[in-house]
Amino acid sequence: MRRDLVAFVAAAVGFGLILPLIFGLNVVVIDVMILVFVYASIASAWNLIGGYVGQFALSNAVFYGVGAYTSTIVSTRYGISPWLGMLLGGFAAAGVAVVIGYPCLRLGFHYFAIGTFVIGESVRLLFLSWDFIGGPLGLFIPVAPSGLSAFQFQEHLPYYYIALALMLVTVTTTYVITRSRLVFYMRAIKGDPEAAQSVGIDVASIRLRVFCLTAFLTALPGTFMAQYVLYIDPQSVLDTQISILASLLPILGGIGTVWGPVLGAVILIPLGEVTRVALGGSGRAADLVIFGGLIMVLALFRPSGLSGLPRDILGWLRRSVAEAT
Amino acid sequence: MTRSVLLQLIVSGLITGLIYALVSTGLTLIWGLMNLVNFAHGEYLMLAMFSAYWLSTLRHWDPLVSLPLTVVVVALLSCATYALLIRRLLTASVLAQVFATFGLMVFLQNGVQFLFGPSFRSIPNPWLEGRIRLFGTYIGQAQAVAGAGAFVTTAALYWFMRHTDLGRALDATSQDRGAAAAMGIDTNKMFLLAWAINGALLGVAGSLIASSYYVHPTVGQVFSLIAFVVVALGGFGSIEGAFIAGMLIGVFQTLCGFFLPSQIQLVPVYLLYIVIVLVRPQGLLGSR
Repeated sequence: MRRDLVAFVAAAVGFGLILPLIFGLNVVVIDVMILVFVYASIASAWNLIGGYVGQFALSNAVFYGVGAYTSTIVSTRYGISPWLGMLLGGFAAAGVAVVIGYPCLRLGFHYFAIGTFVIGESVRLLFLSWDFIGGPLGLFIPVAPSGLSAFQFQEHLPYYYIALALMLVTVTTTYVITRSRLVFYMRAIKGDPEAAQSVGIDVASIRLRVFCLTAFLTALPGTFMAQYVLYIDPQSVLDTQISILASLLPILGGIGTVWGPVLGAVILIPLGEVTRVALGGSGRAADLVIFGGLIMVLALFRPSGLSGLPRDILGWLRRSVAEAT
Repeated sequence: MTRSVLLQLIVSGLITGLIYALVSTGLTLIWGLMNLVNFAHGEYLMLAMFSAYWLSTLRHWDPLVSLPLTVVVVALLSCATYALLIRRLLTASVLAQVFATFGLMVFLQNGVQFLFGPSFRSIPNPWLEGRIRLFGTYIGQAQAVAGAGAFVTTAALYWFMRHTDLGRALDATSQDRGAAAAMGIDTNKMFLLAWAINGALLGVAGSLIASSYYVHPTVGQVFSLIAFVVVALGGFGSIEGAFIAGMLIGVFQTLCGFFLPSQIQLVPVYLLYIVIVLVRPQGLLGSR
């Protein structure tokens, strides 16, 4: 098991390090890969509460936004390092998750999804009219000399590696959880919360703790994006679209698997960028038209998502060949 | 707050509430009948509003004139959704059902945005402009007509559910699917009927409000969220409950709008959802 983890991290790091060398330092490719890593992080974090515990959370933009706003405010107003701000943002998001999760996590499936949906929208509206954090105008991060301590770089490549590292943190966390006792509790709760409770699993506590972990891990890429773009506003970091993508990508890739969310991001984010460029730029939302259509098709024909599809096709081929001979 | 201001707020809140009730009726009908939450509910209202908008812009038909056509179009779209998507998911897991209607929401919202852009549009030169006096208060003409239309439509549906064989069959299926099937009611046909009714109701609602609300791709999402709150308050599956809850939410929102900045006037309405499902999950008139 340990060897598994080492091999996987080594492969991911190796792949990530080599990729820029293959494509050269093409800024467009680097930028798209950064988006892939960021969304893979968000999607993997959602997968913990949505995929393993079975709570269809639609409030993850709140955690992402809290991460971005916390680090931006503490670094621009109080001179605290954005790196420390990232950590503070994670804890702030976990705190928000307690406030949202404590009342909502005891609700049934549909009620939880709707409840987190209305909270996400409420927070967006409140941030839009909250002057302390810039309201609809948002916040600018002043340009600082390029360097690791300032969390600002002239080149895009350092951002690429940081995004890759963030994705590895979330995926590795997921991996470690799937190798622990906790994952059995999580799956039991997803399968039948009442039965899980009756055999002594503390359903409420595990749900809340996983929700906090999801929030913490969703906030980190929020800080990253703030430092990468150097500007945040409710439109860019609290949009419902972030909550939607957080769940769509794992659904497409396969929920409740370590690799599903990453697979979803690797397929959909570049596809989205390509269609966006090909079909009339941003604001047209061509990417989301395709994502929404794909999810419907998947729900009809393969609710388990795309992960494991090659294996299933191989199995089907083998069986057909065996029948033919 | 003087009495006349309070009266003004309550009257305009009740009129808004009549529209909320109409928009929520189909959601609660399908929820109660099939135990299915349609996340794309508001998107059909949005499609109805765009239908009214384009018929008004291109053919110069007022939304009130094009209402029958919009009703037919949206009802057919709703039936097609049932036949192509929902019917195949009846035996699937709850998760697959949620994925499907959620994907449908994303697809329709962004499909319309892709076709027509994200801009806010309003109907050029609607018939109904200006204001009328009602109980000593001033109400926009378009809103008064929308409220009256919404009331008549909701009442007609209520009559249909209580006093026609088809409506009673629908009600019976909603109460006990198995027993209804045993009595010879084709549940599949009842589901299709519910989706047709839902589309027709949203077609009426969209035509009625197209003159007084901005038409844009995400307008449906706002109404979806309000409808979720209304259905939670009224009781899941209860048409009478949705009617009463719609009025209450309409007045509540208008009162909040008086005290709060306009951009956050919906926040207390949204958060009311959490309070309702925690304190009284069966709603005002629900049985569960």
